[in-house]
Amino acid sequence: MATTAVTEQHEPGAMVPAPFRVAEREQDTVDTWTLTLEPLEGPGPSIGPGQFMMVYAFGVGEVPISVSGPPGRPGPVVLTVRSVGAVTAAICASEPGRTLGLRGPFGTAWPIEAAGGDDVLIIAGGIGLAPLRPVVLHVLDQRAGYGSAAVLYGARTPGDLLYTDLHADWRRTVDVEVTVDTAGPDWPGRVGVVTKLLPGARFRPEQTTAFVCGPEIMMRFAARALLDRGLAPERILLSMERHMDCGIGLCGHCQLGPTLICRDGPVYPYSTLAPWLEVREL
Amino acid sequence: MPRSLEDLLADVPLFEGLDDEARTLVAGCARNVHFGAGDLIFKEGGEADVFYVVRHGSVAVEAFVPARGPVTIETIEAGEVLGWSWLFAPYRWHFDARALTVVRATVFDGVCLREKCESDPALGYTLMGRFAQVLIDRLQSTRVRLLDVYGNDGRH
Repeated sequence: MATTAVTEQHEPGAMVPAPFRVAEREQDTVDTWTLTLEPLEGPGPSIGPGQFMMVYAFGVGEVPISVSGPPGRPGPVVLTVRSVGAVTAAICASEPGRTLGLRGPFGTAWPIEAAGGDDVLIIAGGIGLAPLRPVVLHVLDQRAGYGSAAVLYGARTPGDLLYTDLHADWRRTVDVEVTVDTAGPDWPGRVGVVTKLLPGARFRPEQTTAFVCGPEIMMRFAARALLDRGLAPERILLSMERHMDCGIGLCGHCQLGPTLICRDGPVYPYSTLAPWLEVREL
Repeated sequence: MPRSLEDLLADVPLFEGLDDEARTLVAGCARNVHFGAGDLIFKEGGEADVFYVVRHGSVAVEAFVPARGPVTIETIEAGEVLGWSWLFAPYRWHFDARALTVVRATVFDGVCLREKCESDPALGYTLMGRFAQVLIDRLQSTRVRLLDVYGNDGRH
């Protein structure tokens, strides 16, 4: 299944950050915040699900962040950011009213339209639920356009789960199963790896599209489990992450085999990625 | 009409594809049990003379860690096997198991089943192969979690 290229690369201004004001800032977990950013100039970009923005904390640095808001509508940009270093810490600390610079959107999108009529598996690990949230929102919005739909989500601990206040709402429309790697006695849910949720999910392997995002090793195991369950490799979509600096295929820092993730990814079918995932030097 | 144990076993992945004769032999060592939410199913160090197949509900396999209290290592869901210490001497549980919800399960007498496996090596080989798959799945799951893949990698 081909991924969807949404933006024309090298368009004027692709290297110049546009100013956005932080309109809302909500803490998701101890180290993760969701920011809603409003454009100070123009209507804001139309962003495909799975695409990313280069986010500039002025005076600190710039990082790629996948968009976690509803897809395809010009307007505010929603980003869920985990504080893991100096730049993301500065972004997460941006209070409402502060200004951040945004370039983009860049990269390929989840091919959610092409998956119409299919059963849908959305498999997320950790912060990987953020780039998949636009897919969830789209399926919720267009529920009749898909077969069965399930969100299978794994995280390190119950305290690391994202969007927990939304899960009950999602469950009214799609199956949502959650597991964590470790938990104390207060956690009433599952403990185990995310692939352990697959046997309980309802889907027709020959007519299912899987959207997978999380740490690369988790995606490898998830892809293998999906292949074992009979999914075709071209219907298993993964979102890859590498060190991205320019976002427009110039610097080469995000090279993976013959592709550049910022330009040709981050969303790839497993059929394309599989040979490269086996090469340790990549 | 209540289903017979043989019928219930036909739905259990562990016994999938067993012929009727083998299923009847296994069912001869089994009975259905029920636990309330919070019930202790077995305790670390206790005699491991049974194993369970969970038919409904969820069970936490726990270890008690001083100063932390009970830590859930894994949860066992409907269709899965709980307990393999019955297979190997000294037949003692290594962890606690607690019902997280109301649990309906089938419990198998390990001594009875071991005796049947010894007198019927073909059945023993088949069951041992299936339990080995359960052990491998749990080992792989534990290995993946040892990697702490969701940890903070400290970039950016």
